[in-house]
Amino acid sequence: MSTTTEFRGASRGRGATGMAVRGGGGRRGRSARGEHLAAFAFLSPWLIGFAVFTAWPLIYSAYLSLTDYDVINDPSFVGFDNYAQLFADPKVGLALANTFLFTVLQVPLHVIVALLLALLLNQAGRSAGLFRTTFFLPKMTPPVAVGILFLLLFNGQNGLINTVLGFFGVNGPSWTTDPSWVKPGLVLMSLWSVGASVLILLAALQGVPRELQESARIDGAGAVRTTVSVTLPMISPALFFIVVVNTIACLQTFDEAYTALFGAGNTTYGNDAALFYVIYLFQQAFEYLHMGYASAMAWVLFALIMVVTAIQLIVSRRLVHYEGEEQAS
Amino acid sequence: MTVRTPPGSHDVLRDPDEFGLDTQAVLTGIPRHRHPSRRTRTRRIVVASLLALLSIVFVYPFVWLVSASFKPRGDVFDNRLIPQTFTWDNYVKVWQEAPLGLWMLNTLIVTALAAATVTISSAMVAWAFSYYRFSGRGALFGLVLATMMLPGAVTMIPTFLIWNGLGLVGTLVPLWAQNIFGSAFYIFLLRQFMLALPRDLFDAARVDGAGHWRVFRSIALPLTKPALAVTAVFEVQAVWTDLMRALIYLRDSSTFTIPRGLKSLVDAFGFGGEWHWETVVTASVISTLPLIIVFFVFQRQILEGATMSGMKG
Repeated sequence: MSTTTEFRGASRGRGATGMAVRGGGGRRGRSARGEHLAAFAFLSPWLIGFAVFTAWPLIYSAYLSLTDYDVINDPSFVGFDNYAQLFADPKVGLALANTFLFTVLQVPLHVIVALLLALLLNQAGRSAGLFRTTFFLPKMTPPVAVGILFLLLFNGQNGLINTVLGFFGVNGPSWTTDPSWVKPGLVLMSLWSVGASVLILLAALQGVPRELQESARIDGAGAVRTTVSVTLPMISPALFFIVVVNTIACLQTFDEAYTALFGAGNTTYGNDAALFYVIYLFQQAFEYLHMGYASAMAWVLFALIMVVTAIQLIVSRRLVHYEGEEQAS
Repeated sequence: MTVRTPPGSHDVLRDPDEFGLDTQAVLTGIPRHRHPSRRTRTRRIVVASLLALLSIVFVYPFVWLVSASFKPRGDVFDNRLIPQTFTWDNYVKVWQEAPLGLWMLNTLIVTALAAATVTISSAMVAWAFSYYRFSGRGALFGLVLATMMLPGAVTMIPTFLIWNGLGLVGTLVPLWAQNIFGSAFYIFLLRQFMLALPRDLFDAARVDGAGHWRVFRSIALPLTKPALAVTAVFEVQAVWTDLMRALIYLRDSSTFTIPRGLKSLVDAFGFGGEWHWETVVTASVISTLPLIIVFFVFQRQILEGATMSGMKG
């Protein structure tokens, strides 16, 4: 009994300080206004950050895209000149083509490899934990180091990849210099970092109720059939997520290719076949200080990403519907 | 309070919510490891052997790199697993050819500040979204999620102009200071976690007279520790490997972070330069190592965070 009283006393004491801190008011402090003020206070870091580092940059970059600006002199308004120039710039065309080709190669391969690995892991029982860790390890490697590894392992003359291909009598191409093999090479290198997608798919696979798969098996469906008709539809949200996120990442690919094949003020460097959109944007902005032009490029990229994502969303809606039908039949 | 679940299922995300998350994976508590039959056991052995083979592909580049770092310049590309001539020279020489120690220190400073600030601020914002009820909360949270969709390229230039205007280009500040304002993904992650905490606890504390900050600081934060750890570790990985910002903001070699320094080594000693690949290789090993160690220490948090990133859709 006495302990209860003591406890009560203690908490009342704490209450008094609490009220004192809030400048009195007690119960009133819990009024809607007080709640709102507190919520606002907790939100304030994000609100300030949003205003300064998202909202204002968005507006200002839209404005800059209509100007010529080299950081030293004031921006001069040029209307839609940058956009007109951009559509006529063969390098923008090249960068877009490179980026699209890279994306179209990378995303399906990435998803297929990640899915196969996840399906295997899901069958592995206890050893899955160990392999999951192994597959994720490359994700901890800085992209710069991945770019370096690309140069080393995919080296045309004596790289590891071509040496291994040589064992099978295949004469490997010059991955790091041949314009038609640079992008496939970079795609293959990027598969090394597939681990994060494997984790996401594995989590999704483990969420598929066993009963569903078991009943499909009892109904006479084979392993492949069960996977295609039961498992894949069940994890389609995760698959779709990986497609969308990877597409967006591919459209903005920069680190590995820039590390391996580009460098400021070095003419022996640079490879047109690996000139991806963000690399060209970066060069325009921070090497040539064409801030207006680069801002216009950024908005075009933004629009492109929105369009591509919207298309994917629309397509996915139809796919989900399709799955629903198939499950019902 | 938290029950450890088998790998793959995630205690961070326990509460389904209105944003259409695929929480099924998290919520189904179906036991994964029943007593396996002999057939399953044979299959598992086959699968495990296959996975072991595949693992070689994932591990070998590391092995190659480490092995090459112990070879003299002429042998770097010989693709031998065991160096023909084993040498420690590269590990002695690399510190003279590049200020690796300084780069490491810079990276450490940036990483520590970035991880600490983003964890605290994101937790505050997440707390506002999970505990308080205010008009426009859903819309505002939608806005937070929407910022995740924004390509970095769009805000990159004005952000550079802000730091340029403040005279901070060339310093380490732009590499971490934005984290003071929280980060959308972590806000999302922490909010999910906080939503699952027992609300009665906070209300009771409030009735007892605890102030808003005190409830957050002394009750909510300690309970959120697992998710805070995920946030911090994840940010360490992101900042440690960040190249773009370092390229934009750092000018002088003495201010370089590891990724920026490595890039400068490729420029100086790689194809663009003198072909001292053994230096590039050794520096790559040294700069990747800390992250690998972090990974093995915080494996659970990192894998959890990586899986969580698949739940934000």
